[in-house]
Amino acid sequence: MSFLTLSLALVFVLIPLILTKTLNLGLGKDTVIATVRSIIQLLAVGYILTFVFATENLIYIILMVILMITAATHNARKKGAAIQGITWKLIVTFVFIEVLTQGILIGFKITPPEAQYIIPISGMLIGNSMVLSILFLNRFTAEIEARKDETELILSLGGTPKQAIHHSLITAIKASMIPTIESQKTIGLVQLPGMMSGQIIAGADPMQAVQFQLLILFLLLTTAAVTSIMLGFLSYPTLFNSRMQLIKLPDNNNPA
Amino acid sequence: MNNEQAIELKNVSYADGPLKIIKNVTGSFRKGKITSLVGPSGAGKTTLFRLCNGIISPTHGRIIIQAKPIQVYEPTDLRRNVGLALQSATMIAGTVYKNLQLPRILAGDALPEDEAADLLAAVGLDKDLLMRHVGDLSGGQKQKVSIARTLVNRPEILLLDEITSSLDRISTHDIENLIEKINREYNVTIIWITHNLNQAIQISDDTWVMMNGQLIESGPSSLLTNPKNVQVKQFVKGDFA
Ligand SMILES: Nc1ncnc2c1ncn2[C@@H]1O[C@H](COP(=O)(O)OP(=O)(O)OP(=O)(O)O)[C@@H](O)[C@H]1O
Ligand SMILES: [Mg+2]
Repeated sequence: MSFLTLSLALVFVLIPLILTKTLNLGLGKDTVIATVRSIIQLLAVGYILTFVFATENLIYIILMVILMITAATHNARKKGAAIQGITWKLIVTFVFIEVLTQGILIGFKITPPEAQYIIPISGMLIGNSMVLSILFLNRFTAEIEARKDETELILSLGGTPKQAIHHSLITAIKASMIPTIESQKTIGLVQLPGMMSGQIIAGADPMQAVQFQLLILFLLLTTAAVTSIMLGFLSYPTLFNSRMQLIKLPDNNNPA
Repeated sequence: MNNEQAIELKNVSYADGPLKIIKNVTGSFRKGKITSLVGPSGAGKTTLFRLCNGIISPTHGRIIIQAKPIQVYEPTDLRRNVGLALQSATMIAGTVYKNLQLPRILAGDALPEDEAADLLAAVGLDKDLLMRHVGDLSGGQKQKVSIARTLVNRPEILLLDEITSSLDRISTHDIENLIEKINREYNVTIIWITHNLNQAIQISDDTWVMMNGQLIESGPSSLLTNPKNVQVKQFVKGDFA
């Protein structure tokens, strides 16, 4: 596909623009911003990836991964503003996910240690881990508020912070993992996953594309489980002080 | 022995941010006695209980539990020993039995069914209620379960927050008897919050009157019939006109 044919595709931006104008949806400005941003961001990524793939230098690969983790942390931390030191807990979680998954992939020679594999897979996993973190933090802080009486009851009867928070923690971990598991049940039936579609369009053998997609799905399951469990167990102790008292959460409704 | 104090408070204050809830309270609760804690709504009575059970700590002052500063106790041990049954009678989802088991499970132990049934009987509930879901209990039944649950830890000091507020006259009388029985037979120090001043005079050895975060007057419960303090005179007037 050439840039000329791609620019013809801007017709698909004009259609929603015309519709939002005629129906007065007021989404015109956002549509234009979204279009411009996606063009700039993806082109930039394209050029960077071309460069990184060409040089195949480990430093650049690591820099790319650091960039992804930084962006993911920046996005997710707002949701956990009520939890002390959430930035570091997120960084530790993302780094752990990256090391664990790439360690297994490369260690067991499932994928070759090449930028072409490491970077897209890392991007998908860290991106997913970020979404999971946001889901988890939203739910966890909501559960803590809602179950405050139960938490205090358990503490007052001589329970430990871990026992007192257990219910909230497990509920939040489960709730944040469910979408990942549910979406995998219907995958391929309702929609073809983006990566697989991309590969097939680019001319890959469908079975090859399916194999890769399955690999990604399994990795996503690991990511989902590890992200919420790790973040949960890193976070809950900061909700209590050394006298095993529940620390009052700062208002976490609008931290940004 | 009789002069021993179960709990002593020395210049205890508690503030939540800028809001002063307990203001420089000094006083003590006698060991082995029943003390009533009375005072208008918002006086800080529940907050004082939460301080003694250690789920919150004073911003100023010292709390001494059975001759030792509160902070030398392991928090979990302290809370088992200074049992608290809260006004709200919060239940965990599940059966009455599950709620009665809770303190034991938290301690890594189990509560046999017959022991749970005995506890229910002690608070005047039928043992058929054991497998009942707590969502199906009345307010009064929940309060009784809440007391029984606190008793599972066999506390030496028992803090009961308005546990008869949603009970009828007969149930209230049962609970009053239970309190006296626990106090006499197991020598448990009991402090209870009540809005019923006649009840305070009948049941308790001592009474504390709190208002606006302060301890206004304390002493033998007979003080309620003839208070020294003007504010307390005003407070009891409705009840003993
Ligand atoms: N967690 C809290 N955060 C903020 N304020 C609180 C908190 N707990 C209690 N207060 C405030 O402290 C004051 C004393 O409350 P407390 O519950 O101790 O009163 P009380 O004497 O038990 O009243 P009542 O008889 O109505 O139960 C009240 O003004 C209450 O609004
Ligand atoms: Mg109260």
